[in-house]
Amino acid sequence: MALDVSVVKKDFPILDQQVHGRRLVYLDSASSSQKPRAVLEAMQDELETTYANVHRGVYAIAEESTRRYEDARAKVARFIGARSTREVVFTKNVTEAINLVAYAWGRSHLQPGDAVLLTEMEHHANIVPWLQLKAERGIELRYLPLTDDGHLMLDDLAQMVDGVKLVGVSCCSNVLGTINPVRRIADAAHAAGALVIADGAQYSPHMATDVSALGCDFYGFTGHKMLGPTGIGVLWAREELLEAMPIFIGGGEMIRDVRLDGFIPNELPWKFEAGTPPFVEAIGLGAAVDYLENIGMDAVRAHEKALTAYALGTLKERYGDDLVIHGPSDPEDRGGAISFVYKDVHPHDLSQVLDQAGVCVRAGHHCAKPLMRRLGVTATARASMYVYNDEADVDALADALAEADTLFF
Amino acid sequence: MPGLEDLYREIILDHYRNPRNRGELPVPPAYKVEGFNPLCGDEIIVYLVVDGGRVQDLRIGGQGCSISQSSASMMSAAVKGKTVQEARATIRAFKGMMSIHEQHLEGDGSEPTAEDEAAAREEADVKLGDLEALQGVVKFPVRIKCATLSWNTLAQGLDEAETAGA
Repeated sequence: MALDVSVVKKDFPILDQQVHGRRLVYLDSASSSQKPRAVLEAMQDELETTYANVHRGVYAIAEESTRRYEDARAKVARFIGARSTREVVFTKNVTEAINLVAYAWGRSHLQPGDAVLLTEMEHHANIVPWLQLKAERGIELRYLPLTDDGHLMLDDLAQMVDGVKLVGVSCCSNVLGTINPVRRIADAAHAAGALVIADGAQYSPHMATDVSALGCDFYGFTGHKMLGPTGIGVLWAREELLEAMPIFIGGGEMIRDVRLDGFIPNELPWKFEAGTPPFVEAIGLGAAVDYLENIGMDAVRAHEKALTAYALGTLKERYGDDLVIHGPSDPEDRGGAISFVYKDVHPHDLSQVLDQAGVCVRAGHHCAKPLMRRLGVTATARASMYVYNDEADVDALADALAEADTLFF
Repeated sequence: MPGLEDLYREIILDHYRNPRNRGELPVPPAYKVEGFNPLCGDEIIVYLVVDGGRVQDLRIGGQGCSISQSSASMMSAAVKGKTVQEARATIRAFKGMMSIHEQHLEGDGSEPTAEDEAAAREEADVKLGDLEALQGVVKFPVRIKCATLSWNTLAQGLDEAETAGA
């Protein structure tokens, strides 16, 4: 069934307001999404009716709190096609998920001279942890280059993965919107004996995710970009990999036994969840999964693809060559993040002007400075779509761009 | 809610469109210092020739928004030919103009009065001239980092020059 934006919009209390006397038009969901009432209520209900620490208390509300926490894990596992909840580790966000892999898997598997292959369009979260390993133990980093239309250049893929231990790739670029052929890259990586870590931060919120179809070995995503709260993310990995990995952060919850001279780690997935976890947030994420599944991820994708097509068409029609869009031009190949540069107005200034019209876009390097250098810019403005955006939002953006002319030209 | 006219004064846009002292200087004798705004990716490069305790020459490179670029341009005009001591006083005065508002954000929540600002500047005994146009930036706290980027970079350059005994 198709997504009805007029109905969806009503579920998001924050959207019903004005800023600077104009209707709030939120086009920054790639940075962080808004939350539907169902998510807020699930968290509120946990806090008001059954809040107690999880996996500890032997009393009714603690049992219920634990049940809700683990129920959220089961929802997430189903949402991404995991085989077992043992493969679903709650983290703070995708950044922590990747750092967990770099720390626990990387430090036990990568030796000086071992190569890790990344792409030029990675978010800093999938570059810096590997740069740390480069500095610390002398691993080699390679990068898959980009074509001028914002796709990965895969002609030499077999050669690029040769001798590599791990490939890190974004499923969907937070800047270009490009949906990358993760399966093709994973097949080439596996043929060369390498594992694959896929960054799903811009993927799982927007399209149906099946980790086995993607073919990756590690997969991370973040709750606050998919209608959930901040402070909760997910690392999925094949069970045997997690089983063999040493622990990441040590403390309570992640142990089976502790003596003064040693400890035994807990079972999966709790082995990687030291300390009291953000279980209220996890319950909120579970509610976000319910909300998205109720719409249907295929309907979410269809809506965003249509809206992205409308946005690309409208901006082209209104501004022609004055507005340069970075990334694929075919909506089939891309998600709803649209990075653009308007004439020579700096994105920071442009964003400030758009704000006066109530339009929220991101301006800056989008935590992808190597990609910015590749594109030959220091920053772009980025409008990004989600379930609550409609054509009127795109029109508001297009109208507000004209206001930059009056100020800067 | 402040309007954009408080931010984008005509003199700021003039410096943005026609930046003063734009370019490079040979290193050495010049010092080259780079400043980055990690939030937005703006980069400022300050080339600085200090001789006899005086800023003999100065050029600005890099890319950025209208606020960071115009601030750098006005800064270059304000400190070129000044003694290092005068340049440092100007940096202090400018940053004072920017940070008064920051203190108020954490304090009683009231807007800084014209008297507060005048007093702060008199303390520094510096005439900011055109730079006063950037006063409006304090109403847009996120943009303060844009306005101060070149000044922090200049301060770093003066430190390096002094350490080297110029």
